[in-house]
Amino acid sequence: MTHKKNRNVGIVGIGMTEISSHKEDQNQPEMINEAVRAALADAGITRDDIDCVVHGNMELFEMIHQPDLWHMIGTGALGKPQFRITTGGTTGMTLIAAADNLVASGMYDVVMAIGFNKLQEAGSTTGGITNMADPLWYRHLQTGALTSTSANLSIEEFGKARARRAAMKHRIMMDKHASLNERAHRRFGLEYDQMEDLMKNSPPLIGELRLIHMCSQSDGACVMILASEEKAKKMSRKPVWIRDHIAVHREETASNAYFPILSETSQRVAARRLFARNGIDNPIEYFDVFEMYDPSAWWGIEWLRDFFLLEGDEAIKMVEDGDWDLDGKVPVNPSGGVTASNPISATAMLKPAEVALQMRGDAGTHQLKREVRHGLASGFGGVMWTELMILERDLNW
Amino acid sequence: MKRVAICAVAQHEIKGNIWCKRFQDMLLDILEELQGETGFTFGGEKGVKNIITCSDDFFDARTISDNAVNDVVGAGNYRGEQKMAQEGLNAIGYAMAVILSGHDDVIYLAGHCKESLTASRNQIANMAYDPFYGRCLGLDYLNTAGLQARAYMEKTGITQEQLAKVVVRARQWASRNAYANEKTQLDPGDVLFSPVLCDPIRSLHAYPVSDGAVGMLLASEERAHEFTDNPVWITGFGNCMDDYFMGRRDLASSPALKKAARQAYQMAGIRKPPKSVNLVEVMDCYAHQQPLWLEGLGLCDEGKGGDFIDEYGPARYNVNLSGGMLAGRPLMIGGLYGVAEAVLQLQGRAGEHQAADVSCAAVQSTTGGAGQFQTVAVLER
Repeated sequence: MTHKKNRNVGIVGIGMTEISSHKEDQNQPEMINEAVRAALADAGITRDDIDCVVHGNMELFEMIHQPDLWHMIGTGALGKPQFRITTGGTTGMTLIAAADNLVASGMYDVVMAIGFNKLQEAGSTTGGITNMADPLWYRHLQTGALTSTSANLSIEEFGKARARRAAMKHRIMMDKHASLNERAHRRFGLEYDQMEDLMKNSPPLIGELRLIHMCSQSDGACVMILASEEKAKKMSRKPVWIRDHIAVHREETASNAYFPILSETSQRVAARRLFARNGIDNPIEYFDVFEMYDPSAWWGIEWLRDFFLLEGDEAIKMVEDGDWDLDGKVPVNPSGGVTASNPISATAMLKPAEVALQMRGDAGTHQLKREVRHGLASGFGGVMWTELMILERDLNW
Repeated sequence: MKRVAICAVAQHEIKGNIWCKRFQDMLLDILEELQGETGFTFGGEKGVKNIITCSDDFFDARTISDNAVNDVVGAGNYRGEQKMAQEGLNAIGYAMAVILSGHDDVIYLAGHCKESLTASRNQIANMAYDPFYGRCLGLDYLNTAGLQARAYMEKTGITQEQLAKVVVRARQWASRNAYANEKTQLDPGDVLFSPVLCDPIRSLHAYPVSDGAVGMLLASEERAHEFTDNPVWITGFGNCMDDYFMGRRDLASSPALKKAARQAYQMAGIRKPPKSVNLVEVMDCYAHQQPLWLEGLGLCDEGKGGDFIDEYGPARYNVNLSGGMLAGRPLMIGGLYGVAEAVLQLQGRAGEHQAADVSCAAVQSTTGGAGQFQTVAVLER
């Protein structure tokens, strides 16, 4: 059964700021405004053409209550309908899913989605994330997104040597991709012959998780403009179509965290359901690019297996064989991924944005050589939540 | 355009401090009540697949506040959930869009807010202002409402006596509403001589600190009958952002509300609101806002709020028969409670405060200082 929307929705404008650890020269609305202007210019439209604005971030990072009220001086929402929707790390993709819903509903023709975080103003992202846990029983156990659980599971399954090498290979591959992307935040210029050195000498964070494995703390904003099929075709020479999206949450309870009752990851459930309802039998064959929200290299190698519905060591073997490389079977994160750039509430929007730029052929220095017709993008957040989105270059599914 | 139905609503009793329950407990009670009434389930072909929540990171003192409620809104077991991080009436508009988009045909919507968890809600509101100017000036939703009240009184000549009537009436109606928070009956004199909170706002002009939770089940036109014989239709929705800077706004009027109302009425096909609308729930956090928002909704003539109150306009339009915000509702879900009230009224299930012959309700809510952001929904039987 193919999932049917009320009407088709296309991405017509993409704008993003430079991503960096400090933006001393911009306040929050100014930073957002830079991305808003870029997206409007990309779509070739003005503020007047926007019917509705969708805004989201995690507000305790910047400590601004209802920040859309202040940010309206940079978002251009004055006199316009607006929604503020947030879901944690997934926020960026939730905003695109929401914008897709709002346009598909017929209530609004052109919707602008804005995701950002200015984590410099948070001081410590981990402090902010830890604050999510229940104060009665969990907060004193929580270490934010810093966890070795995924690493421990991989090591248990594949042995220390193989798992560690796979995670580090994924990490270096991400850095190689980021090095081609002029917008990526961290670009270290790592080489594969540094693997042993990094596995030994990168500062340990917790358990098997080392600093080099972990995502960055970044400032930045991403803005995307979505329009109905009719308007999208008029506005853009190369609209990219949002085919379908799914959100899957998994409970935060002690029993589930420590004795998995819900045995499947939200990543695998999301992929299974989304591919089934869109008739995609072989995702590795089907997709030309996958932009994955990989908060750490360990999660990266674990989730590749889940997202592509692989079994056993298939995904790790593909890491070893370079199948996720830019010229591999499915290029993963040509942007450099989340270990390179992580302005959290924009991060999950940078995923579909990158896929769309690759489809349009506008990715510049890191444009894939292959033709990109079918794309997949994922978001990660909450505790173990997944948002997964299929994008298409052509309206022919 | 197809219609979207609200099939059932559940309200938690509002109290100043529900110390014996966590917000999770409150939401679970709401969920069980709704499931009991409608028999809806989660997952599978026919069950709810996506949930919309409404809560606030500051009031809950948690990053990703929806994370804390996933279990008790049915999202935890591999379902989808999105959080409306604005006043909850916006979640009605968004749920409507999700259903009209074809992405879902049934949505469970649940919101909570426990103002009692905070030492001071003004301190939270102060955090809504920019850290460079607004926050240092001490701006919050109370003192910006004070400036607004002064501007409105100056423009319209509305008197303290008229504002006292608004508060007295709110408490009278609240006494008949099982869910209302503050039911102590007042004389006009009690209001007139209550302590000044933020001139010209007196303590009895302001809504009391409140804890609460609301849930509702929404469905497409095709599926609504599976859950109720008595659906209420969301026929119009609109919202609009006004300027952040107070000095650039007309505080004695509300252009944003007028625009939001225009969108909602247009979608509902209402040309003359005074002829069509016969039930109103406005988010009157402060007494002067009741007539001001009614002006914005096009039900009271511009600048004639005082006359409206004296000439029984509130009775004509069945304004806030629940008691409204003035009888106590939590800030982040004030409008969601308004929807719950309007649904019960339109279904004829409002009990002791049931209005006669109501068919079309306008529900208004606001987020931000002095009504910076405005939302309107039109509900019909």
